[in-house]
Amino acid sequence: MKSEVVKKVVKTIKVNLDKCNGCRACEMACSAFHAEPKYSSINPARSRIRVVTDPLNDEYVPIRATDYTKAGCDGRRVYTINGKEYSECSFCGTICPTRDLFKDPDSGLPLKCDLCNNDPPLEEPMCVQACSLDALTYEETEEEEIEELKLDEMEIGLKSLIDKYGLQKLADSFARMSQKG
Amino acid sequence: MRYAETGYNLEIDLSRGNIEKVETDPKLMENYLGGQGVAAKILWDRVPPGTDPFSPDNLLIFSAGLLHGTPVPGCNRTAVNTFSPQTNLLAHSLMGGFFGPELKHAGYDRIVIKGKAPDLVYLWINNDKVEIRDATHLRGKGTHETARLIREELKEPYAQVAAIGLAGENRVYTASIEHGFSSAARGPGPVMGDKRLKAIAVRGTKDVYVAHPEELFQLCIELRKKIAESDDVGDWMAVDEDDSFHHNHFAWGNARTRQKNYWSKELQERWTRWKYDHMDRQVGCYNCPKKCVNVISWPGQKRFGYKCYGKDTYHMAAFKELDYSYQILGPAMEYGLDSYSTPQVLAFAVELYEAGILTDQDLPDFPSDSGERIRYLLEKVVRREGIGDILANGVYHAARQIGKGAEKYDHNTTKKFEQLPIKLGKLNPPYFLMIATGEKMAITQIEGSFPQDPIPDMEERLAFVKKWEVVLPDEKFKKYFLEWEKRHEISNEASCAITDWNEAMHYLDDSAGFCGFLSSFRGQFGGGVVYHINNMPYIISLATGMDLDKDGLWRIFQRNRNLVRALNVRRGLRREDERPPEDHWAVRDHEFEQKLLDDYYTFKGWTKDGIPTKETLDSLGLEYVSEDFLRRGILTGNESTPSKETPAQKDEELKSGGR
Ligand code: SF4
Ligand code: SF4
Ligand code: SF4
Repeated sequence: MKSEVVKKVVKTIKVNLDKCNGCRACEMACSAFHAEPKYSSINPARSRIRVVTDPLNDEYVPIRATDYTKAGCDGRRVYTINGKEYSECSFCGTICPTRDLFKDPDSGLPLKCDLCNNDPPLEEPMCVQACSLDALTYEETEEEEIEELKLDEMEIGLKSLIDKYGLQKLADSFARMSQKG
Repeated sequence: MRYAETGYNLEIDLSRGNIEKVETDPKLMENYLGGQGVAAKILWDRVPPGTDPFSPDNLLIFSAGLLHGTPVPGCNRTAVNTFSPQTNLLAHSLMGGFFGPELKHAGYDRIVIKGKAPDLVYLWINNDKVEIRDATHLRGKGTHETARLIREELKEPYAQVAAIGLAGENRVYTASIEHGFSSAARGPGPVMGDKRLKAIAVRGTKDVYVAHPEELFQLCIELRKKIAESDDVGDWMAVDEDDSFHHNHFAWGNARTRQKNYWSKELQERWTRWKYDHMDRQVGCYNCPKKCVNVISWPGQKRFGYKCYGKDTYHMAAFKELDYSYQILGPAMEYGLDSYSTPQVLAFAVELYEAGILTDQDLPDFPSDSGERIRYLLEKVVRREGIGDILANGVYHAARQIGKGAEKYDHNTTKKFEQLPIKLGKLNPPYFLMIATGEKMAITQIEGSFPQDPIPDMEERLAFVKKWEVVLPDEKFKKYFLEWEKRHEISNEASCAITDWNEAMHYLDDSAGFCGFLSSFRGQFGGGVVYHINNMPYIISLATGMDLDKDGLWRIFQRNRNLVRALNVRRGLRREDERPPEDHWAVRDHEFEQKLLDDYYTFKGWTKDGIPTKETLDSLGLEYVSEDFLRRGILTGNESTPSKETPAQKDEELKSGGR
């Protein structure tokens, strides 16, 4: 993948765990915004943000889906913060095979956060708008950075299919389907 | 396509191990919305009045509200309905949290459970895959422990679980069903235990659709903002540490002792420290920006959560302080006990012991410390051990089983159910009506839109009614409130209308799924609720596509109210049962009260015995109820709605054989 130095607006969503009440409005809103057509259905299982919740451990961690990987890590590290134990996975946004997160419930394809890429752009991403408690806040900063070309959603989907079925099988199906046209 | 609702019921027969997914008639939503409204209809159709609550034929229904799973914020109250072994009437029970919305996403509006499993089981609902699974390894396990073990064994960290603890398994009448930090009380706990259903776990990954998605979504962004910013919704007790109200005004022990000057600054400081030194966080329910639940980790205890007045009941029963409740709430949550009624039952036993009605034989090694006594009794009750077996039936039944004058100590029940321990001086007429005629057993489930007391200062009164501009069903309520000077002086006409409005908002919340802290319960404090009769029709229309206006919604309330009434009437509820506790107010006037009750029945279109008339029922499309009443002789056909009755008319009716 080629990379280059560019000046760009870096968009981030900051997460303040102390402010989260575990309501999952962010999940609801993300799923609505990404429904086709927009808002036509609600389904937190299709959200690109999930709140990892363990009430008895007082654990409420909203994580956004970042990158897709075909191999999961062992995820066995355990962190203790303020006397509470968190598994490594609680903070990880990777779409990986070891857990049932950020996969479309019907197709199994990965769901990645696109920061609500939209035309015209939203003032704030939808999950941030839905979070009335400021557990999620949106920030734009201008930075110079070396940018790797990021894969878009369709490419990620294809990549996961390649990982699952192998390139040859996928190419065969592709050819077959295009013939049927 | 069905909007807002999924259009499917999940029917479970635990005796036969049968599981069915059944499509529902869209008319049910049009007539009863969903939640408790539709549950009442199902209970009417399928549970004959003679059915014992502990019979396999009794149904236990978990209902999502109509708007659960839509973007409407703060819609998450799951209704649990059945017939209660304690009252032999409809059990009205609600829990917040995440269960109802998850059920919707699994593809169901409600779970209808009948029969009795041969041994302890739990239900696992994973979208279309539904299983009845063995739960014998969970026997005796705490409610949260059960939830954790089920999630682990299913490898489903996102499953939502509702479970009973030891109390429910042992059919303790005050047992609750616990889900997260929410709980469903007042009847369904012991029925779930009787059906040998330890828990229900549900996971749903399906879409929920609404009729006008974009409009509804945009409206919900505004509503959520309003909810987050307003002090007039949510539980103010989560942030207001001055709890002099409950401690100075409610009665301690067995709803007996007032401590009018109990609260002090020094006490408040100590309690506030206890709370904040041990509070991890405040959390909310699905899709709601409020933070009503205080999550506490007290040394040596499991984390627990509480809301509202729930933190006061144990220490007030035991004449102790907040730290006492903090020590007992965790274990009580794991046992699955209702924190409103249970402490009263325990304090009742302490009184009987002090009166010599219960002795050391009944209570071997009974401790002398008041706190230790409550704890001792709690352990006996959840296990139904010794005297606990009797106390587990609640104050009313226990008093009669114990005898020897114990009946006298049952002074705070109505319809066999423990009431809030409020003992006041002069009568509050709307409250008389609500406690007497309420079908939901606890006043917090009936009161709420109109304030409890007049506001002495006229300026403040005016400021209060100003917020009513948007929420009022009718301008007359403003007048009632502005003219209200003394609590006991208010016209019967006003008392009836106020009771009606208060009821209306609860009935609508309980069928659509709104939380009472955003609506029905909260209007009395502050006046500016987010959900009210004027915006509910629009919200429900956007979600469902129904053409619904204010009058239409009000009619649905009336239909549901009368149907619930009818369910209980058919099981024997009559005027003589509609009595608030004798000592609820010190000054009583029997004649006035009975006239007020007459007026209320007339207002509602009920007979002098509190039975909805044929005319009332038929006008609401409840002909199947009036026909049943006539067949059973509950109505004779000669009743008329008293309000419209003039002597001349009466003659006419008699001539024509009545209506
Ligand atoms: S909307 Fe905000 S407060 Fe609610 S769960 Fe998401 S991050 Fe937490
Ligand atoms: S930024 Fe947009 S896409 Fe990303 S998690 Fe939030 S709502 Fe979803
Ligand atoms: S107002 Fe409070 S109790 Fe009601 S839904 Fe919101 S967080 Fe839950």
